[in-house]
Amino acid sequence: MDDNRQRAIITVVGHDTVGIIARVCTYLADSNINILDISQTIVGGYFNMMMITDLSGKKKHFAEISSELESLGEDIGVIIKIQREDIFDKMHRV
Amino acid sequence: MINLREVNETNEMIQRENLDVRTITMGISLIDCMDSDVERTCERVYEKITDKAKNLVKVGEDIEAEYGIPIVNKRISVTPIGLIGASSCRSTGDFVKLAKTLDKAAKTTGVNFMGGYTALVSKGMTEKERLLIESIPEALCSTERIMSSVVAGSTRTGIDMDAVRLMGEIILKTAEATKQNDSIGCTKLVVLCNAPDDNPFMAGAFHGVTEADAVINVGVSGPGVVKRALEKTRGSDFETLCETIKKTAFKITRVGELVAQEASRRLGVPFGIIDLSLAPTPAIGDSVADILREIGVEYPGAPGTTAALALLNDQVKKGGIMAASSVGGLSGAFIPVSEDQGMIDAAEAGALTIEKLEAMTCVCSVGLDMIAIPGDTPAETISGIIADELTLGMINQKTTAARLIPVIGKGVGDSAEFGGLLGHAPIMPVNGFSCKDLIHRTGRIPAPIHSFKN
Repeated sequence: MDDNRQRAIITVVGHDTVGIIARVCTYLADSNINILDISQTIVGGYFNMMMITDLSGKKKHFAEISSELESLGEDIGVIIKIQREDIFDKMHRV
Repeated sequence: MINLREVNETNEMIQRENLDVRTITMGISLIDCMDSDVERTCERVYEKITDKAKNLVKVGEDIEAEYGIPIVNKRISVTPIGLIGASSCRSTGDFVKLAKTLDKAAKTTGVNFMGGYTALVSKGMTEKERLLIESIPEALCSTERIMSSVVAGSTRTGIDMDAVRLMGEIILKTAEATKQNDSIGCTKLVVLCNAPDDNPFMAGAFHGVTEADAVINVGVSGPGVVKRALEKTRGSDFETLCETIKKTAFKITRVGELVAQEASRRLGVPFGIIDLSLAPTPAIGDSVADILREIGVEYPGAPGTTAALALLNDQVKKGGIMAASSVGGLSGAFIPVSEDQGMIDAAEAGALTIEKLEAMTCVCSVGLDMIAIPGDTPAETISGIIADELTLGMINQKTTAARLIPVIGKGVGDSAEFGGLLGHAPIMPVNGFSCKDLIHRTGRIPAPIHSFKN
């Protein structure tokens, strides 16, 4: 598998609160997922973050990571999604 | 590197504007399943389909989860059963056995529809193809997931009017056989001209005889995304309008291309084509009619609708072609009535008639689709509407089709309820003058001249 296939975008959207990035990053560290880039904005109290991650060292299946991130999001009160990077690359790059 | 704005744009399309991949359809050849014994044919057909497509639904769901894009349908198309059953089926009952086998295979693999209960009779019918056509009413009311199509004409062969006459009767019989449910059987039956061999969309999907053993075809969608993009161009000139449609179609199609390549890789089945279609659903905001209104007609059916639709159809193709490595199927905007809330509204408002729909089908993909008509419409009139529609395809070298639903026991002013993706439809009035003498002529309409285009 090439590098791109191993990259995924994590998006976090919801009301801003203390420790969102910390908790997501802790989970990723525990799962051996490397963060390549983070960007984040807050508009009107709304937290909007995206992370580019490298899954090549991941310890779990994609589906497992996806559902664990989803429940972590429910815990914090935000929506967390993980998607393979290619969908964005394909759509926005010729 | 991808930025936040781009990620948000893609996810907005998916979450708010109903962007999805409408279908992954696996085409499977059944030619090597033919046998002189019908039971043996059924056995081999079942084995081949359940083996080839055993991971189709699972792979579809995995892709859906990993990319965060809904893949609404996972489907199968097979070689026309009129050919597969030719050496073993001796009665309509034998063909129904094959239909039930396909239905069982559809349930085992978990696909929601299987297309290919089909007869290719553009120039003439074999005895076995006639049997298959005669078995359609029973086949459709004794199965759940089978889709049937009859290809009754093409630009190269002309139109088999014997098949068209027969189909008027068969459609009425199918309506009668499923009258408890608003004649829903007819929603699974379509008559085509110039049918493509690689169409992933139902009801007209079948796996053409020129195709490989198995192939993955993908149909994209996303009328809501186009509509939303056009909202930002209100009052602009045609150039801006066209550019916006093209750019949006490009983005939508790229997602389809990605899903198709990925499905093909994971299933170990070659990629066939992307069908560049805007396929509506009855969900709010997933409507082709709404795009036409956004382009500038009060309701589809108003003067200017054909122009708006032609423009839309052409720009979708122009944008999509560059985004995909191989394009085929029906590619274009679909204008089914019952499956598009905006079309239903237009019909209920009195803006849309069958005659205007017929004009619209000259410039868009497919044809008179999912149109409910009075249950007492004579068979000859149904054949007449089909003949008109197929002729448009034959003369204009394009695919056209008719999927008409005479709703038994209902008339103009009533509404038919099909449920789910099939939606609901107001019964539309049909011209009451007769075409009986035309339809009772036997033989075929010869192929048109291929020169002197005027």
